Amino acid sequence: MFDNFPLWPERASKMAANVDALYIFLLIVSAMMTTLIYVAIVYFAARYRQRKGEHAEQIEGSTPLELTWSIIPLGVFMVMFLWGAVVYFQGRTPPRDATEVYVVAKQWMWKLEHAEGQREINELHVPVGSDIKLIMTSQDVIHSFYVPAFRMKQDVLPGRYTVAWFHPTKAGTYHLFCAEYCGTQHSGMIGSIVVMESAQYQAWMSGSQGGPLSASGEKIFAELGCATCHRLDSQGRGPALQGIFGRPVQLEDGRIITVDENYIRESILDPGSKVVKGFKPVMPTFQGLVSEEQLNALVAYIKSLSPPAAAGTKTASTSAPASAPVQGSQVQ
Amino acid sequence: MTSHAETHNPALLHHFATEEQQRDSANFGMWIFLATEVMFFGGLFCAYLIYRRWYFGDFAAASKSIDALLGGINTAVLICSSLTVVLAIWAAQTARRGLLLLMLVLTMIFGATFLGIKGIEYKQKFDEHHVPGATFSFEREEIPGHPGQYANPRHAQIFFALYFIMTGLHAIHMIAGLGIFTWLLWMAWKGRFTPEYHTPLEIGGLYWHFVDIVWIYLFPLLYLIDRHP
Amino acid sequence: MATPTAPAVERENYLNKHYGVESWLLTTDHKRISLLYLLSVTFFFFIGGIFALLIRLELLTPQGDLVQADTYNKLFTQHGMVMVFFFLIPVVPAVLGNFLVPIMIGAKDLAFPRINLLSWYLYIIGGMLMLHCMLTGGVDTGWTFYTPFSTAFTNTKIIEAGLAAFVAGFSSILTGLNFIVTIHRMRAPGMTWSRLPLFIWAHYATSLIQILGTPVIAITIVLVASERVFHLGIFDPKLGGDPLLFQHLFWFYSHPAVYIMILPSMGVISEIIACFSRKRIFGYNFVALSSIAIAVLGFLVWAHHMFVAGISVYAALIFSFLTYFVGVPSAIKVFNWTATLYKGSIRYDAPMLYAFGFLGLFTIGGLTGLFLACLGINVHVTDTYFVVAHFHYIMVGGVLMGYLGGIHFWWPKISGRMYPESWARLSALVVFIGFNLTFFPQFILGYVGMPRRYYQYPPEFQILNVLSTAGSTVLGLGYLMPMVYLLWSMRYGKPAPQNPWNAAGLEWMTQSPPTTFNFDQEPVVTWEAYNYEEIDHAQKEEVPVAG
Repeated sequence: MFDNFPLWPERASKMAANVDALYIFLLIVSAMMTTLIYVAIVYFAARYRQRKGEHAEQIEGSTPLELTWSIIPLGVFMVMFLWGAVVYFQGRTPPRDATEVYVVAKQWMWKLEHAEGQREINELHVPVGSDIKLIMTSQDVIHSFYVPAFRMKQDVLPGRYTVAWFHPTKAGTYHLFCAEYCGTQHSGMIGSIVVMESAQYQAWMSGSQGGPLSASGEKIFAELGCATCHRLDSQGRGPALQGIFGRPVQLEDGRIITVDENYIRESILDPGSKVVKGFKPVMPTFQGLVSEEQLNALVAYIKSLSPPAAAGTKTASTSAPASAPVQGSQVQ
Repeated sequence: MTSHAETHNPALLHHFATEEQQRDSANFGMWIFLATEVMFFGGLFCAYLIYRRWYFGDFAAASKSIDALLGGINTAVLICSSLTVVLAIWAAQTARRGLLLLMLVLTMIFGATFLGIKGIEYKQKFDEHHVPGATFSFEREEIPGHPGQYANPRHAQIFFALYFIMTGLHAIHMIAGLGIFTWLLWMAWKGRFTPEYHTPLEIGGLYWHFVDIVWIYLFPLLYLIDRHP
Repeated sequence: MATPTAPAVERENYLNKHYGVESWLLTTDHKRISLLYLLSVTFFFFIGGIFALLIRLELLTPQGDLVQADTYNKLFTQHGMVMVFFFLIPVVPAVLGNFLVPIMIGAKDLAFPRINLLSWYLYIIGGMLMLHCMLTGGVDTGWTFYTPFSTAFTNTKIIEAGLAAFVAGFSSILTGLNFIVTIHRMRAPGMTWSRLPLFIWAHYATSLIQILGTPVIAITIVLVASERVFHLGIFDPKLGGDPLLFQHLFWFYSHPAVYIMILPSMGVISEIIACFSRKRIFGYNFVALSSIAIAVLGFLVWAHHMFVAGISVYAALIFSFLTYFVGVPSAIKVFNWTATLYKGSIRYDAPMLYAFGFLGLFTIGGLTGLFLACLGINVHVTDTYFVVAHFHYIMVGGVLMGYLGGIHFWWPKISGRMYPESWARLSALVVFIGFNLTFFPQFILGYVGMPRRYYQYPPEFQILNVLSTAGSTVLGLGYLMPMVYLLWSMRYGKPAPQNPWNAAGLEWMTQSPPTTFNFDQEPVVTWEAYNYEEIDHAQKEEVPVAG
C-alpha cells in the first residue's frame, strides 16, 4: 500500500490470494466477535451500573445458552480449520514439473543453485508465471526461508531436505527473510527474490556460466567412484539408479519407502540405515566427504536418470526404462 | 509456632486438624511427586523409544555390549530391597523396633550393592571406550542377527548417551533414596515411629518403590534388546 | 455482616506478629511467603521490563545502531526467559494463590508450609543463577533455545541459564503439588467442590499442568546440557540426532506453560467480576469445568508451534484440529463473564476496570490465536511479529491485567490499607491504552512480513515500530504508577476494613490483614459461593464506597 507505511504485504504469488482471502475471513469473524463482546460489555456496564434501590438479579446460568455459544463457535472454528487445511495442503504440495532450485542456508547467507547451474547468493532470479520448487537444507543450524509477498515460509533444517514451492505472478523484487533465529546475523540474512518477465529471465540465464546442476553431479558421481558399484548394467554391488526416483523400493527389513531427495541424501551419508532388499550393506559413508552443494548436485544427477514425470511424485505409474529393475535379485 | 492444645500427638503439625488429615496429605503429596518423576523420566523414555525404532540394529548391537547378567542381578537386588522396605513398614506397624532397624539397614545395603554393581558396569563401559564423547569408539560391532553388517557408531553413541543419562539419573535417585533412608534409620533409632505414626516410613517407602519400578522398565529396554539364548 | 469501621488500634496480624529478618526468611506462614514472592517477582519484572525497553529503543530505527547484534540477541532472549520463568509462571499462583488458597477454603495454611518456603528459596536460587548468567555473558538462543544452535553452535552460557530455569521449574512443581493436596484435603467443613470460589478451580487446574508439564522441560534442559558438555548426538543431525525431537520435547511443556500463566488470572477475573456486579458468575459449573478442560486439552496441541518446522502435513492437520478445540473453553469463559454483567449492579472500582481491560485484551489475544491455529495463515505469520503481538496480548493483556486487578482487589486484605482509588483507576486506563498502542501495530507488522528477533529491518517497517515503541513508554508509565502508589499506601493509605468491597468469600471474613492462622475458629460453610444476594440484602443501607 503506502511505501513507507505498509498495512498489507504485496501479493506476488498464486498462493498469496488464497492466504489473504482466508485471512480476511478470519478478520471479519474476529471483528464481528470483538464488536459483539465489546458492545455487550460497554452496554451492560452502563445499563446495569449500580443505582440506588436496584439490586443485581442472581442468574445461575443457562445450559441451552452455554451449548449454543459453545457449538456455534466450534462450528465456525471447524470452517476455519478446514479452509486453512486446504490452503495449507495446496501450499505444501509442489506441482509436478516445477522448476527446481537447490537452496543451502548457512549462517548467515542463502546459497542458491538453479537446476541449470546458475549460482546465486542471497538472491533468486525466477521467471514470472512458472512453478518454482525449492529443495532446501542447512549447513549448520535451523533457518527458515520466508518470502512475505508469496505468503510462503518453510524451515530449513540441517541433515535433511525440506521442500517449498511458489508460483510468482508479478514481476518485481521481493524480500527474502530468514525467519528462524540462527545467531548473530539472523536479521542480516536478508535477500531478494527477483521475479522477471520471461524474456528478461532468458537473458539473465544465458548470461551466467556453469552447466546444469545434474552435469556437475555426474562429474562428482564419477570422481567419487560411485559408478564402480552403481553400474548401468545392474551387475554392480549396488542398485542401479536409472529410473528409481519417485518409485517405491523395498528395504532389507521389509519396509517399503519411496525414493525421494531425502532418501538419496541419507543413502550417501548413512548408507547402512536403509539398505535395499537383496543388497549387502557394503556402501561406505560419504559423511564429511561431500559438501551440501555437492550433495545437491548428486541428488540432481540421480533425479535426471529418471523420467521427468517421476520427479516430485510418489506414484510408480511411469514406465520403467529398459535397464534393470531396482528390486532384487542382484545378489553378489 | 507453639501449639496451644497439648492433647494431640506431638507429631501432629499445627495447621492440620487431625492426624488422619496429615497422614493422608503426606501420602497424597508423595504420590503427586512420583507423578512428576514419571513425567521427568518420561521424556527420556520417549527419546529412547523414538531412536530405538529408528536405529534398531545399531541399538541392538550396543545393547549387546552391556552386561545383562550384572543388570539382572541388580534387578533382583532392587526387588529384594523393595521387600525389605515393605517389611520395615510392617515392623513399624507392629511395633517391632529391632526388625524395623534391621530391614532399614538391609534396604540400604541392597541399595548400596546396586550402586556398586552399577559402578562396575560403568567402569566396564569406560574401559571399552563406550562412554560418549571424545573417546567414544564402536567400530566393527556386528548387528545381532545380521552377520557382516556393522553398527553405525554415531547411532550407537546415541544409545550409550541415553543409557548413561537414564541409568545415571536413576542412580542419582537411588543415592537420594539412600540419604532418605539414612534419615529414616536415624528416626527409627530414636524411636520416633509407632504403630500410630510412621508416615515418613510410608512415604519414603513409596519413593523407594518408585525408583525400583523405574529400574524394572529400564532393564529390559536397555539390556534386553533382541537378546537370544 | 455489619459495616466495618477502621480499627483504632492496630490489631495483631501476620505482618506485625513477629519482627526481624529471620522471622521472614524462615517463615512458614503462607501469607508471608506470598509477600516474599511479591517482592522477588516484582524485581524480576523490572529486569525483564528494562530489557523490553532496550529492545523497543533499538527498534526505533531500521538499522542496528543502539546495541550490537549479539547484545540484542541476548536482550530478547533474557527478556523472554526472565519474564516467562521468573515472572509469568510464578506470579499469580505464588503471590495471590499462596496468600488466598488456604484462606478461601477455610484452612490455616497450605498442606506443606515448609515445602512452600522451599519453593520460594528454589525460586530465589534460580533467579540468582539467572542474574549471574546474565551478568557474566548472558544467553543468546532465544528463550526457546532451539537445537542445534543451542547445543553445538553458540558459546553463551546455556548451561547456567538452563540450570536457572530447571531450579525455578522445581519451585513451580512444588507450588502445584502443595495446592493440589491443600485443595483436596484441607477444605473446611461444608466447603464442597461446588462451593469453591472459581479462583480455586483455576488454581487447581493450573497446578495439574504444573506437576505434569514442568518435569518435561526439566529433562529437556538436562538433555541439552548433556549434549553441550559431552558432545552427544541426541539433537544434532551431524551425529545422527534429530533437532525436531528437541522441539517436540520443548513445546510439550511450553505450550501447557501458557495455560499455567493464564488460568490463575482467569480465576482472579471471576472473583472481581462477581464482586463488582454483585452476583454469582453466570454458569459457574461451566466456568469451573472449562478450567479443567483447558488444562487437559492444553497438553494435546503443542506442535501447533511447529507447523513450518518440517513436521508432516498429517501431523499438522491433527494439531490444528485439536488447537481449535482448546479455544472453546476460553471462549466459554469470556461469554460467561460478559453474561454476568447482565442485570448486575456494576461498580467501576479499579479492580473492575482491570477486569474490563482483561476482557478487552484477552478477547483480541484469544481471537488472534484462531489465526495462528489456522494452517493456511500460520505459514505466513508464524515467526513474525504477529505471534509476538498475539502472545503479548494474552500474557501482558491477560495475565498481567488479571494480576494487577487481583493485587488491587485483595490489597486491603494483604496490607491492611486502601490504595488511592483515583490513581488506581487512572493507571488501569493508562495501561490499557499504552498496551494497545504498543502491541496492536505489531499485528500489522507481522502480516506485512517483519520476522521476530530482528534488530535491523527494512525501512518501510519503521513507522509501525516507532508507534509500538511510543506506546511502550505509556505502558511503562502505567506499570510504574501502581508500584509507586501501592508502596505509598503501605504507610499512608487509609486502614482497610475487614471487607471494603462487601465481597463474598471466606477471605473477607478474616481481619485485614489476617492473623497468622487466618481464622480464630475453623469456619463451617453452609452457603453457596458468591452469595451476593444474601450479602446485599443484609445491608440495610447503601453500600459504602470504599477508599
